[in-house]
Amino acid sequence: MTKSLDRTELGLIIALPLLICIAFVLPKWIVNYVQVSMGTGLVALGVMIQMRSGLVSFGQGLYFCVGGYAAGMGAKFMGISDLFVLLAFGIIAALILSVSLGFLLRRYREIFYAMLSLAVSMILFGLLSSTEELGSTDGFNLPTATYLGWAPEGETARLTLYTITCFAVIACAITLNRFLKSPIGYVNEAIRENELRVEYLGTSAHKAVHITYVLAAVVSAIGGVLWALALGHVDPEMTNWTTSGQFVFVSILSGVGNIAAPLIGTFILEIIRVYAVEISPNTWQMILGTVMLLTIIFLPKGLWSLITSKKKSTKEKLDASASVAGE
Amino acid sequence: MTTILETRNLERTFGAVYAAKDVNISIDAGEVLGVIGSNGAGKTTFVNMVTGYLTPSAGEILYRGKNITGLPTRDITKLGICRSFQIPQLFPELPVIENMLIALTIANQDRPILFRPAINPSLEEEALSLLSRFRIDQYADQEITTLPQGVRKLVDIAMATVAEPDLLFLDEPTSGVSGDEKMDFMRVLIDALKSTETAVLFIEHDMEIVEAFSPRCVAFYEGTTLADGPTAEVLEDQKVREFVIGSEFHRSTANDPKSKPASKAQRSNKGTQ
Repeated sequence: MTKSLDRTELGLIIALPLLICIAFVLPKWIVNYVQVSMGTGLVALGVMIQMRSGLVSFGQGLYFCVGGYAAGMGAKFMGISDLFVLLAFGIIAALILSVSLGFLLRRYREIFYAMLSLAVSMILFGLLSSTEELGSTDGFNLPTATYLGWAPEGETARLTLYTITCFAVIACAITLNRFLKSPIGYVNEAIRENELRVEYLGTSAHKAVHITYVLAAVVSAIGGVLWALALGHVDPEMTNWTTSGQFVFVSILSGVGNIAAPLIGTFILEIIRVYAVEISPNTWQMILGTVMLLTIIFLPKGLWSLITSKKKSTKEKLDASASVAGE
Repeated sequence: MTTILETRNLERTFGAVYAAKDVNISIDAGEVLGVIGSNGAGKTTFVNMVTGYLTPSAGEILYRGKNITGLPTRDITKLGICRSFQIPQLFPELPVIENMLIALTIANQDRPILFRPAINPSLEEEALSLLSRFRIDQYADQEITTLPQGVRKLVDIAMATVAEPDLLFLDEPTSGVSGDEKMDFMRVLIDALKSTETAVLFIEHDMEIVEAFSPRCVAFYEGTTLADGPTAEVLEDQKVREFVIGSEFHRSTANDPKSKPASKAQRSNKGTQ
């Protein structure tokens, strides 16, 4: 079995029981941050796989919101509280929207892709903000999730949702890791470098971008459903540009070198934000901006590059000692 | 010989300007064809049209009897027509081996496969063997940006061959390669391609190269073909000498070891005037 898993996947599988265990060990507020980070981390993963093909989505909040609202509307208007059904609602809504929008977005690159994705997300923001049936700018609440007829309450409900979130996030991360190593994932990297050559090698760059866009949307929607159920609330802020900007922030902060990077990056961002607000309640954004600036200057490939450069230097040392030993 | 490509009255205009007009060229299987002409004569436009980058304004392109006019680039590649570029079109921030692996991955991909690993040891072996055929396997781990122009050209051409094309267009393969190395460069190239029985059309400004490596030659001038035939005859053609290569060029300087080598200035002028 281990042969079919790479190191990242093994790491993610090992992380799963550890993630679940911390719910029983760490203070509740930290566990809550981890849970919220996992939801938004999935959206950051969506941004990250698009960044691999050189595309920056400034509107990924769109699918975060679509997932959350699809689940919320299923609960509000149909009385459904089953997590798996609500997840299915979120995924289907994201699929329908992303497949349709993908035909438009796949034709654009660079700033045009970024701005177009942002524009679409802001259209949804405007729509939701002015729809009274959906609570306008206040949004609306979601019920506690049930699981195939089982309706846990209190601490059990919280732990169950947390555990399922852990499973979902690790499963999504492994799936996306496989995607990045698949032929399409490889083509994405090539698109970032030279799209003309990709077409001349015999494949459609548009199709690859479209598939990536849809996959990113689905993962973001799953994040949206899990996040909404964890907080028990959805509002249009989920698709506001500031929220989408955070996902881009996370991807830059963490780097796109590994699928685990955005998940870790999201948690780090949450922690930075908590302390920034505590240190400087009125100007905490300045601290976030400074962190962003320093990351871009000193770690242009993100925090993950610290790990890869450390690995490289260790390998170089080993090579050097091997050559000294005459091997 | 079987004709694999035939163009009929091919035409391409940009506004009022004719970039190509009445271009009728046929290429046989396994043939090596040289294309000469001054800058702006329509050589690259011809390649761009056949490979689907430009849609002809008029005329037809037949490949193995099938009309491929206006097909997208990727579909034409899948049919077996590939090309290299005057300015190598590579993935510059990746190592040579990764460039080859991407090309192989795409060539082996019949339909989008989402979750199967693209790379496996046999693919890596195949990539290395292709690089060694072009004698550039020693550069496998180097990033493209660190390579000299000649090696980049070879990587570009090696990538174009991964799909095992029946017809390969090489757009000025020796441009950017130093004058002294051009002959050796072309020898490596033609040797590597010989084993594949691929028909090759190469655009070239150096007449010595054309004379040495292509039995047949087509001369372009102002979007039309001025002459098409055995290279020796085309290079002696009065119009070709007047409009394409200039009267200073003397044949057989490349093949005849007794003849005086062409001066550097003469070499660079040949065919570009």
